[in-house]
Amino acid sequence: MRYETVIGLEVHVELATQSKIFCACHAKYGAGPNEHVCPACCGMPGMLPVTNKRVVDFGMKAGMMLNCTINRTTTFDKKSYYYPDLPCAYQTTQWFAPVAVNGLVEIETSKGKKNVRIKQIHMEEDAGKLVHDISENTSCVDFNRTSVPLIEIVSQPDLSSAEEVEAYLERLKSLLRYAKVAECAMEHGTMRCDVNLSVRPEGSDKLGVRTEMKNMNSIDAIKRAISYEVARHIDAIENGTEVLVQETRRWDDLKGKSYAMRNKETAGDYRYFPDPNVMPVVIDDAWYDSIKASLPEFPEVKRARYIETLGLSEYDATQLTKSIAVCECFEDAYAVCGNAKDAANWLLSEVMSVLGTKKMTPDSLNINGKSLGELIKLVAEGKVSRANGKKILTAMFDDTDLNPAEYAKANDLVVSNDTGLMEKVAKEVLAGEEKAVADFKAGKEKALAAILGKCMKQLKGNCNPQVLREFLISEIGKM
Amino acid sequence: MKLYTAKSDTVTAKRIVADDMILTKDMPTAAGSKMLDGYMSLLEAEAVTRLTAAGYGICGKADVGEFAIDLVGETSYYGAPTKDGKLTNASVEIVKSSEAMAAIGLDVNGSIRRAAAQGGLVSVKPTYGTVSRYGTIPVACSGETVCVTAKNTDDCREVLDVIVGHDDKDGTSLSETECAKLKKAMPAKSIKKVAMISEMCENVDAETKAKIDAVRAKLAAKGIEVTVVSEPMLSSARVAWNILMSAELCNNVSRYDGVKYGYRTENYTCIDDLYTNTRTEAFGELLKTVILYGSDALSTDNYMKVYDKGLRVRRLICECFAKLFGQYDAVLLPACSKAAYTEDMVAADKYIAFSENVFTAPASITGLPTVTAGGVQLIGPAFSENALFEAAKLYE
Repeated sequence: MRYETVIGLEVHVELATQSKIFCACHAKYGAGPNEHVCPACCGMPGMLPVTNKRVVDFGMKAGMMLNCTINRTTTFDKKSYYYPDLPCAYQTTQWFAPVAVNGLVEIETSKGKKNVRIKQIHMEEDAGKLVHDISENTSCVDFNRTSVPLIEIVSQPDLSSAEEVEAYLERLKSLLRYAKVAECAMEHGTMRCDVNLSVRPEGSDKLGVRTEMKNMNSIDAIKRAISYEVARHIDAIENGTEVLVQETRRWDDLKGKSYAMRNKETAGDYRYFPDPNVMPVVIDDAWYDSIKASLPEFPEVKRARYIETLGLSEYDATQLTKSIAVCECFEDAYAVCGNAKDAANWLLSEVMSVLGTKKMTPDSLNINGKSLGELIKLVAEGKVSRANGKKILTAMFDDTDLNPAEYAKANDLVVSNDTGLMEKVAKEVLAGEEKAVADFKAGKEKALAAILGKCMKQLKGNCNPQVLREFLISEIGKM
Repeated sequence: MKLYTAKSDTVTAKRIVADDMILTKDMPTAAGSKMLDGYMSLLEAEAVTRLTAAGYGICGKADVGEFAIDLVGETSYYGAPTKDGKLTNASVEIVKSSEAMAAIGLDVNGSIRRAAAQGGLVSVKPTYGTVSRYGTIPVACSGETVCVTAKNTDDCREVLDVIVGHDDKDGTSLSETECAKLKKAMPAKSIKKVAMISEMCENVDAETKAKIDAVRAKLAAKGIEVTVVSEPMLSSARVAWNILMSAELCNNVSRYDGVKYGYRTENYTCIDDLYTNTRTEAFGELLKTVILYGSDALSTDNYMKVYDKGLRVRRLICECFAKLFGQYDAVLLPACSKAAYTEDMVAADKYIAFSENVFTAPASITGLPTVTAGGVQLIGPAFSENALFEAAKLYE
């Protein structure tokens, strides 16, 4: 029998606000243990939550990016459960009236385009972190992350493969990064994903037994978990290896297995109820309109503009618009150098290659686009060779204030107009390369490249390669 | 029995006692519970900050019943305060003895109003949202309010005037403009017509009945018309408040888990034992009952049947008062059914605080201002404190 997989995702995304959702503590990732805490976010009695308006701004913006309807009156509720990283033993979240509902996200896979329905987006506070010290037989609690604002994006069960899941997550990441509401870096835990999965005979309209998998921290892990879980479900259905039950499972990526955490019977009752300390948030027209007006150009619109207005190829436009950081750098560079095709080439070849060697993602691109534009201009005008341009580009990654022209001058990377020096070096090199000269004369084109390279090296790259080439050929002709 | 923890240094300013639901930085705040025995807060209540800034001095902390949900304080971990064989209340005794000119405290389930009524003091429970709850031990946040108790209406008004005002640290705090309506300098519309709720005045003891009659007579003597009105709906406020209060309490006290501060059991080998044994050993019996009751009211199976109904009844009680205030300026109710409580009464009915609160629940669940004086409660529309004080001055 053939089976189809039905997948719905719950994606948690940390919002990139300066402060936490209900207190003024820093929300930034990466501080020392318990450096960003106050009596409120470590659960001491007497502190009252005061809603951070920026969180609602970001929640609304995320909703609009995902084509949701915004609830004009949105409320917060308490969800109770005991865990040492949850200082109040309740999490303030949205249960009854989430900020955004009924959205739609378009994804594209090898099978074409598809719409994924969004059930809702709700705002909530994150929990802290436990650090287990096995040698001491103790566990420590770090409350830096408690009350850091999150949104949870709940999809309908519209996904049917790991490929679609990947496309969906990439799409969410792109849209939320375009809107500058979240970093969405799984490696930092600022994007986390629970996978609800069931399997049913192809064509059936009855859903199979659903399991929920938690604890996945990379797209690759999610893909591995999905294929493991699908195989486990099919095996259970066909061979009766086990009885499938609705349960929450933990994915162990090292062992490549999922384990039961809790099932429906042993699951705690979260006892949701409206938080009387957090007033309902009423979004009036002025607020709604100001958020609507602040939405960025969507990726498709940008891509179309790059093709139609800037004359880029479809491929280049698609590659550039994958990351807003790359787009912004491109647009700044283009504004300075005035050549879109040139700017796109630099971004997609040179910049990507430096990112690769530095093991950085396109989203973390931090060079100054205007400086890149200056550099592209210098190279286009023949003032700096392309090879030296790359050196300057690499330096720009370490110093975002770097001025390419000044740097070139200071580091002897400017193309010299001194033809006398070029001719002297060329003659010296040719004199020592009798074999290469003979090979070239015999028709081996490659031999010239070696000679050219040696000259360039001695000239530190500061020479117009075309001029040098022509000079070498004419000199060889005389030999 | 521990009535009062006095501050070590001598307070020379005008002396105010805070009950043990009000957080102070230089004295422990235990909320009458073993769970918070000796708990030193990092923050102090906004009311304390405002009083100190205005030249008042907190001279000490008065004990309360565990999380202030009982009759008058009898469930305190430190023992029930008694006087002449009757239950009394720590704040009331301190004010009566002139150790302090006034007490501030958190009214969760009416204990402050009952204690003031039985102790012959004046107490004001201001309009919800006009006094910051920042720095109070949270129990039933949707209705609890910081109150002032003193020997007379003048002292009560003086202290209330200091603590009223908007506070950014409390999300439910009303705007400064709204809070200003309570200031004693604001002109008040005099109370001319009062509704006395017949059902509430029936099952009370003779002494309480006599207090009601005395108040009625004094009001009538000043030309204020008191009409006996039947409003059985108001008696339902008790059941609804018991649901809402228990649910909120259950959630609010769940933070006392032995992990971060407060009591921690010595008897544990895993986190579940730590939670269970800490709470088993440190919470009193009444509190445990309320936790169970509240937890049940919020469970998935019961939410719509119980908790949601409680919210709906709250709305009906608000509407009921709105209707009454269409015809009357204030509503007169007893604060309790008895002139005094004894330990025997509590022994005979462990949950007596959840039936005696039939009188206090209407104002708790609606957040309406109430002045307790002459042994009775006078409830008015939001921001009517000045009018209530003026009327209460006639019979305090």
